Amino acid sequence: MAEKVTNKTVLFNPFSKNNPVVVQILGICSVLAVTAQLEPAMVMGLSVIAVLAFSNVIISLIRNTIPTSIRIIVQLVVVASLVIIVSELLKAFAYDVSVQLSVFIGLIITNCILMGRLEAFAMANRPWPAFLDGVGNGVGYTIILVIVAFFRELLGSGTLLGYRIIPQSFYDAGYSDNGLMILPPMALIVVACIIWVHRSINKDLQD
Amino acid sequence: MNKQSNSYTVIYIIVMVIVVGAALAFVSMSLSERQTDNINADKMRQILASAHITPDTDIKADYNRYITDSFVVNAAGERIDGVAFDIKVAEQVKLPADSRALPVFVATMDDKTTKYILPVYGAGLWGPIWGYVAINDDGSTIYGAYFAHESETPGLGAEIAKPAFSDKFIGKQLFKNGIFRSVAVVKAGQKPADDADYIDGKSGGTITSKGVGAMLYDCLQPYAPFLQTLKK
Repeated sequence: MAEKVTNKTVLFNPFSKNNPVVVQILGICSVLAVTAQLEPAMVMGLSVIAVLAFSNVIISLIRNTIPTSIRIIVQLVVVASLVIIVSELLKAFAYDVSVQLSVFIGLIITNCILMGRLEAFAMANRPWPAFLDGVGNGVGYTIILVIVAFFRELLGSGTLLGYRIIPQSFYDAGYSDNGLMILPPMALIVVACIIWVHRSINKDLQD
Repeated sequence: MNKQSNSYTVIYIIVMVIVVGAALAFVSMSLSERQTDNINADKMRQILASAHITPDTDIKADYNRYITDSFVVNAAGERIDGVAFDIKVAEQVKLPADSRALPVFVATMDDKTTKYILPVYGAGLWGPIWGYVAINDDGSTIYGAYFAHESETPGLGAEIAKPAFSDKFIGKQLFKNGIFRSVAVVKAGQKPADDADYIDGKSGGTITSKGVGAMLYDCLQPYAPFLQTLKK
């Protein structure tokens, strides 16, 4: 029973209580870059979940064979090859999205969440908890990405997933899209607002 | 076995590199055909977009239906050997104008008129910009244009990729009194000195707008002799 509980916390803690973006403030760079629209944000989130889960499993499987002196290099090689595979798959099956995400798929390699989870969790745990940890943190990251992208696309372009949400009559009445929302700094401000709300709800996170 | 010894570490790295290298090579080779198809389909979509054709699902079929001919000319307007679709414009623009291979795509529209689609390639503020310009069979009037960019500023320079910008080129003349003038992109309220046709650039996207103007001049000017043969 005891193990079941830990597995559950491993999976669900990163959703909110220990969210990699709003609590640990990791992976902010890509949050700024890919959240101007909802669709690339979702694909980016899925890519990070896949890379994080599988790199956690692989590192966990080989954790006892890795020489300590080169463990960071081994982690990087595993992450980099998975990222290349994801990027190649996107180019083959979702070309439009891969053009939109351009360099940011490659930059998953430098996402601190990955190295953080590999070093902190996968190196010390068995494959199944490591997999759950990867999925949990990936989903935690994706939740924030989607929330930010939702507000940025809705207020910046008046659309969601490319479909027009704010009706034409609003524009005729003088409403106009907030161009500032499309620029990267607004992602920071939206993330900051999410952190604010999140900390007000979870009082124990406050210093 | 001592896992911290140097020989273990070296062997570990060698095995890892071989395994990872083999896996990546396999993935790359098994997907490369689909990827090339996608890249080609995207190029076809861009070529068609300049002539206001929005292909539905099967881009290749629409491309084959509308683009009835394609060939390569030199700067003297004579046809030379080569496959227009395979020419990389990005490499050609680095050559001096008179030694470039210039691809021409001929589109036959639904109303049986002929449009000549010419690729252009240049520099914006942050990275490359490119596009296609469709010209009527008088060799001077622009029928439509399509622009794309790699990394221009959203909301400012990136606006060149939107129809609101590219549609301004419709009906502009590349030739004035028989001399090639291109179409200038100028600040709103200004006019080019040489009475060329012009459109207003994007405010806030000055360097990208200038880039579009320079790109059109640099890339279309070598076509001038070819375009003049169309006129006759």
